Amino acid sequence: MDIFGWIQLALFLGLLLALTKPMGLYLVRVLDAQGATFLDPAMKPAERFIYRVCGVDPVHEQDWRQYALSIALFSLVGMLFTYAILRLQSFLPLNPRQFGSLNPDLSFNTAASFTTNTNWQSYAGETTMSYFSQMVALTLHNFTSAAVGIAVAAVLVRGVARQGMQTLGNFWADIVRLTLYLLLPLSLVFALFLVSQGMLQNFQNYITATPVEMKAGVDGVAPQIIAQGPMASQVAIKMIGTNGGGFTNANAAHPYENPTPLSNFLQMLSIFLIPSGLTYYLGRMVGNQRHGWTVWAVMALVFLAGVTLCWWAESAGNPRLAALGVDAADGNMEGKELRFGIFNSALFATVTTDASCGAVNAMHDSFTPLGGLVPLVNIELGEIIFGGVGSGLYGMMVFIILTVFLAGLMVGRTPEYLGKKVESGEVKLAVLFVMAAVLSVLGFTGWACVSAWGQAGLANAGPHGFSEMLYAYSSCAGNNGSAFAGLSANTPWYNTTLGFATLVGRFLMLLPLLPLAGSLARKKIVPASGGSFPVHGVTFAVLLVATVLIVGALTFFPALALGPIVEHFIMTGSSALY
Amino acid sequence: MNNLARELKTAIIATLVLAVVVCGVYPLAVLAVAQGFFPRQANGSLVIGGGTIIGSSLLGQPFTESRYFHPRPSAAGAGYDATASGGSNLGPTSRKLVETVQARVAQYRTENGLAADATVPADAVTASASGLDPDISVKNALIQAARVAKARGWEKSAVEKLLRQHTQGRTLGLLGEPRINVLQLNLALDAGAKDAH
Repeated sequence: MDIFGWIQLALFLGLLLALTKPMGLYLVRVLDAQGATFLDPAMKPAERFIYRVCGVDPVHEQDWRQYALSIALFSLVGMLFTYAILRLQSFLPLNPRQFGSLNPDLSFNTAASFTTNTNWQSYAGETTMSYFSQMVALTLHNFTSAAVGIAVAAVLVRGVARQGMQTLGNFWADIVRLTLYLLLPLSLVFALFLVSQGMLQNFQNYITATPVEMKAGVDGVAPQIIAQGPMASQVAIKMIGTNGGGFTNANAAHPYENPTPLSNFLQMLSIFLIPSGLTYYLGRMVGNQRHGWTVWAVMALVFLAGVTLCWWAESAGNPRLAALGVDAADGNMEGKELRFGIFNSALFATVTTDASCGAVNAMHDSFTPLGGLVPLVNIELGEIIFGGVGSGLYGMMVFIILTVFLAGLMVGRTPEYLGKKVESGEVKLAVLFVMAAVLSVLGFTGWACVSAWGQAGLANAGPHGFSEMLYAYSSCAGNNGSAFAGLSANTPWYNTTLGFATLVGRFLMLLPLLPLAGSLARKKIVPASGGSFPVHGVTFAVLLVATVLIVGALTFFPALALGPIVEHFIMTGSSALY
Repeated sequence: MNNLARELKTAIIATLVLAVVVCGVYPLAVLAVAQGFFPRQANGSLVIGGGTIIGSSLLGQPFTESRYFHPRPSAAGAGYDATASGGSNLGPTSRKLVETVQARVAQYRTENGLAADATVPADAVTASASGLDPDISVKNALIQAARVAKARGWEKSAVEKLLRQHTQGRTLGLLGEPRINVLQLNLALDAGAKDAH
């Protein structure tokens, strides 16, 4: 844990803090159907054109039922669109490697995974997906699933901010504006920056290179076939939209997909950019900026705890390898890239799982037990530490509602959140949100553990094998998409169960929020009094952190004890190998 | 029912229109600007030597001869397969990991004439995440320098000088880790050999 790590961490958090307010203010304009932005001259004609062909009146607001119906139909259509392209891949253009069409279970898994902003990948990009599939079937969802997530967060914030209203906004206006004014321009600039660092953006066939030793006539050296493709346009939105689906199998560890320490640093920052800005948006919209900053501080605190633990564990390395003569000062370099080293691998792993991104620049499967515990716990807490675009904020708001409810119980008052009475209906919906993920993660993991199909996919035996399964279902139900990638999940059973886990994790969590937002929007705002529980400051922050950790820890601790925790003690206190 | 049908129609049209924008206009715009301003990077940062493509400056490739610096072990396909990127995904208590690293440590010590209990740089005996890591650590390169110099009949100091010239520091003195690109260093060795003759 050297000084360079600490400086990079300070720089990362400092830049994130500095970008939070500008991003939040911009979000306020984008999420207002009549808001003006500096991009209006370029984008307004396109926006009007899309409304016209879609037959949408952007200022006509929807109530929660209509909004939910629009989300459901839009997601369904998008999922079928992707499923169809993947099934028909061999008949479609931009397929220089002549890859065949995907089978039904892999197509279902991939379509569900990308529709839900999970981007779990049961396939290896460079040997499975044509350029057309990457650019159209997958990139579409990188934009739309991000826009849907932010829209739902905005709806929940509007629910809190409004009073005596039935409507929550217009879904179509929200996603069109988020795409045109936020995601598209950011991606355009970021993609070009990434190309400047060495990322690919072409349509040419894979290149056959003659390595130096082959040229020199050394026996047994084969030509190096180098995968190509339109990578930068997809990778930019993969980070900004917290999608995380890699163009290549190695994802952001691949030198083309993350060429330099600078590209790595900005990729990490771009994951947190919108989620962090949304905390400011929350504060601004509800007229309580201190609340927004308190939420930001809570997120930053848990983030720092995660980074520090992961970094420490990876720096300490693997004592089993040190015993063989491997330099212990280098830390655990198995599955890590040299240009990133221990610190940037640990930071990336924490950022990508605090958010629902799931891109990786190091192989989590080869992390030390405690280093791998951090991403796993981050996902299981619900990815609310900055979190996915939109999903992070709405997840955190559910925990805020639970926190004020618990605080209300402790002091014997009717709980309220920013002047809105929190009653049994709201709490039931919040608990449904929490339970959906839990049942999906633990239920499917348990099923895989006792099934031949589940055990057949394991790359590692012993507790680490259990961790691989637990991580897979946590990642899918949490819509993260990163993996303990040794697991061979491209089988009909895994593809189907993991695909369902992504759908449960997205829609059973997202849809209860709409009646919740609807109910909050109808309520009157009670003016703050001396008896109101303030949702800013240290007391609230401590309660919120405690609620997040206690709900997460109590739910998943038994499973974690069987996986990474017991593996840590085996690694440090015994000589057992698996 | 009318409402449902109308919303469905909107959903279909919106999907198609957004697809045209974000899956057509957007990637093609990036393509056009990238090919115009950064053609070398956008097309794979290829290294050309003697009219043939040798590889990419961003990707590692296998080296086994003692006159070349050796890259990190690779789990991509049969090793440095640039269509099959990935790591070993072996966990810390994996028997296979421990046995593989044990064999690599022994080989590294033998190749470089190290003592039987010498510590070995971690990057020299562990597989990278991508299997295509182009870099090795300075520490690793310094150990290999003696072997390379001997195999080439060079002064060790000449190899070390080249090695220092090819050391990349942290970006802005801050980001990432100091490292050496193996392909570029080896090409410089070969070029140096040519100059000497």
